[in-house]
Amino acid sequence: MQIAVLAGFALAILVPFLSRWCGSRTGLVLALYPAAIACWLVSLAPQVLQSGGLYFEQAWAPSLGLSLSFWLDGLSLLFGLLISGIGTLIILYASGYLYNHPQLARFYVLILSFMSSMLGVVMADGLMTLFVFWELTSITSYLLIGFNHEDAAARKSALQGLLVTFTGGLALMSGLILLNVAGSSWSLQTLLSDGESLREHALYLPMLLCLLGGAFTKSAQFPFHFWLPNAMAAPTPVSAYLHSATMVKAGIYLMARLQPGLGGTEAWMTILCVIGAITMVVGAFLALRFTGIKKVLAYSTVMALGTLTMLLGIGGEAAMIAFVTFLTAHSLYKGALFMVAGALDHETGTKDIDEMGGLRRLMPITATCAFVAALSLGGVIPLFGFVAKELMFEAVLEAPRYTGFLIGMSLLASVLVVAAAGIVALRPFFGALKATPKTPHEAPLSMLAGPCVLAGLSLVLGFMPWLAGDGLLNAAAGAVMGAEVVTDLYLWHGLNTALMMSMISLGVGLLVCWRWPGVRGVIHRFSPVLDRGPEAGYWKLMDLLVRVAGWQTRLLQSGYMRNYLILTLLSFTGLTGYTLLVRHGPVFDLALDVRLQEVVVALVIAASAIVACMMRSRLAAVAAAGVMGFGIALIFLLFSAPDLAITQLLIETLTVILLILVLFRMPQFASLSTPMERVRDMFVAVMTGGLMTLLMLTVLGQDLFTSISEYMIDNSVPLGHGHNIVNVILVDFRALDTLGEIFVLSLAAIGVLAMLRLQAKERKMP
Amino acid sequence: MKTGTLILSVAARTLVPLQILFSLFLLLRGHDEPGGGFIAGLVVAGAFALHQFVNGPAATRRLLRVDPRDCVGFGLLLGVGSALPAWWQGEAFLTAQWWEVPGLGLKLSTPLIFDIGVYLVVLGAVLTAVITLSEVDKDEA
Repeated sequence: MQIAVLAGFALAILVPFLSRWCGSRTGLVLALYPAAIACWLVSLAPQVLQSGGLYFEQAWAPSLGLSLSFWLDGLSLLFGLLISGIGTLIILYASGYLYNHPQLARFYVLILSFMSSMLGVVMADGLMTLFVFWELTSITSYLLIGFNHEDAAARKSALQGLLVTFTGGLALMSGLILLNVAGSSWSLQTLLSDGESLREHALYLPMLLCLLGGAFTKSAQFPFHFWLPNAMAAPTPVSAYLHSATMVKAGIYLMARLQPGLGGTEAWMTILCVIGAITMVVGAFLALRFTGIKKVLAYSTVMALGTLTMLLGIGGEAAMIAFVTFLTAHSLYKGALFMVAGALDHETGTKDIDEMGGLRRLMPITATCAFVAALSLGGVIPLFGFVAKELMFEAVLEAPRYTGFLIGMSLLASVLVVAAAGIVALRPFFGALKATPKTPHEAPLSMLAGPCVLAGLSLVLGFMPWLAGDGLLNAAAGAVMGAEVVTDLYLWHGLNTALMMSMISLGVGLLVCWRWPGVRGVIHRFSPVLDRGPEAGYWKLMDLLVRVAGWQTRLLQSGYMRNYLILTLLSFTGLTGYTLLVRHGPVFDLALDVRLQEVVVALVIAASAIVACMMRSRLAAVAAAGVMGFGIALIFLLFSAPDLAITQLLIETLTVILLILVLFRMPQFASLSTPMERVRDMFVAVMTGGLMTLLMLTVLGQDLFTSISEYMIDNSVPLGHGHNIVNVILVDFRALDTLGEIFVLSLAAIGVLAMLRLQAKERKMP
Repeated sequence: MKTGTLILSVAARTLVPLQILFSLFLLLRGHDEPGGGFIAGLVVAGAFALHQFVNGPAATRRLLRVDPRDCVGFGLLLGVGSALPAWWQGEAFLTAQWWEVPGLGLKLSTPLIFDIGVYLVVLGAVLTAVITLSEVDKDEA
């Protein structure tokens, strides 16, 4: 199973080569991967349905108790089939939609990586596995939304989506860790089998809030819904795949997955029902506000996501079967509608519904697909969407709490969504033909396959819902319930309250659709209020972030070397000095047995340091500092450390060379330090120097730990095969440290290069 | 750009090759006597810096044949690469491996490869700074 999931990443790496060999047929070849996954899942299905789940595990970081484990049960199977099935169609569709796009290969790489990540999310069993794949979907989604990266708006929307989902990702991580703490396991399967103790754990509420934070941001629940319509800046295949059928459902998946463990409590029902219902109505309402066909679809997706959340909140067998049915139906018709929208914008050159009209004669197949899919969206008999809607109404009617509120909200949302369906499916195709930027004609075959298959499935499953219902949907609902579910799906439920509600919503919805321009005018009067929604809050927050960053940069990054030095030295002296003087106490005995030559060298060093401070020209100061360095090298020699002495000498030489190169570029000392500044600098210097002296004396005076020099000396020849202990330590015993150091050195070189080159370039520019 | 004085330029003609040879000597004997990759790298960097003072950065680049930046990269590769044999043997990261060259009594080892990596990184990093600095100077002049 891990191979199936990870193969997508491997394939993504190969795409550049494939696209060179296969040319325009690359899409066809790549579509084989999701198709193969789909077939593989179907072949596993009987096994899964019988045994209740398959489990695969591979050690990942055994020392941390983590493993790469996957779990395939009814729910994962349903999601996996949607991902791979729609994925196949999407790749075919993209090969037509982005035909001859210069970066088509990049698109394939991203969409395949996304597909693998998404499969990983829905099949993960380990909490960390889940989290890693979850974040991978966020990253690939970011890259896909910003696919047209020359477009500033696309970049902005991509960043918004990323920030919102990543913030949620952080919450999710905290939630998963809390889950691990509460249930003391990393495996979802183990955790969920003991839901009782999770629900009664003291950490239940914080855990729930964190997990729902992750799920709500990912699935665009109110008040985080604003990123999803903005994500429509992505190419249409992406919108169809990520932002309606799959990624946004990752949050829904997570909630469904956790339902048997965490669901059913007061908090769970309240949060999910209320937020879900609000999202549902807000989404459906805002859908009518816009004329961009993708925006309308995006908001109706928000509505669907709200509905799914609400159904999860209601709980119980009826709600769960409604949940999985609605989920499947939505993926089918929304995928089809997005592909239709892409075909429209591809063929007409506009995304605005008001600019389209009368296209049914020119694009008959597209129009048929759109019509069928929209009927399903509106929940019209005999489409699969009707079945889903009936089940949804029935579940709401049986809701144990907030029944009145939920009934009202779902009726309102259905009315609005019927209107949205009408707008999308009727307006572009009926009425008088309008002039569009491009002369429209029927879309190519690759772009028709997707909508035809999906719309066809909506129709077939509408007539024969038991095809999906008996095995797959019951198993998925059972996985969400945590108990076996046996519900037969029918198209016709008889004359009951749910049907009445359907009829009402259909009638009123069509009325709204007919009067749409007028309705939009009314909505526009509320624009000032609507513009002050959560999205405005997001932008305020971003502004604030930039301002705070600017303020603290100005405060801390003065650009003066002396300020950095003073700050660094003072904090070092303060912290170390505190520890040394207060916690430890400067204990040492001063044994003065020094040789004459040592005294001389020490005096030379001290004198040259003083001279360096007093010089009025830079060159003289550098020379004096050089003398100091050579003095230190002499000390190393006197204490028989030739390697250190050589290094010190060479470093001094090179430092002088570098300084001279730099000095050429510096002006004369224009202003010397004022007396006040000199006192300040002297204070800092004396403090630092004094502390270091004290520290060295104290350290040398005590045996805090046994020295390892003995070990090095003893083992240098037998283990390191070398007589030069310093070198053996550098390249053998402590080779890892040296490796780190040469990396630091390389980074420093890159830094120097970048700084100098960039500066030179900036100056050359007028 | 000829910047050096006569004395410097005559001295450099002899000193630069000597310094380069000496650095190789230091590098190879480093395991048993004072020396090693870091010191040898500094010596050879000093040699090229001297050459550059006399003949200008363009001539030094020609003499070096490779970009100092590539030196850094290649050195890092050697450093990391020297960890591979130990990995092969299933031992801890960077464990030293020794091989005898048959017939010659010559010892080859991963620490030597590692040391050559250090040598190249030091050479590349110092020269990147030195050459870039003087090239930027020239651009502005």
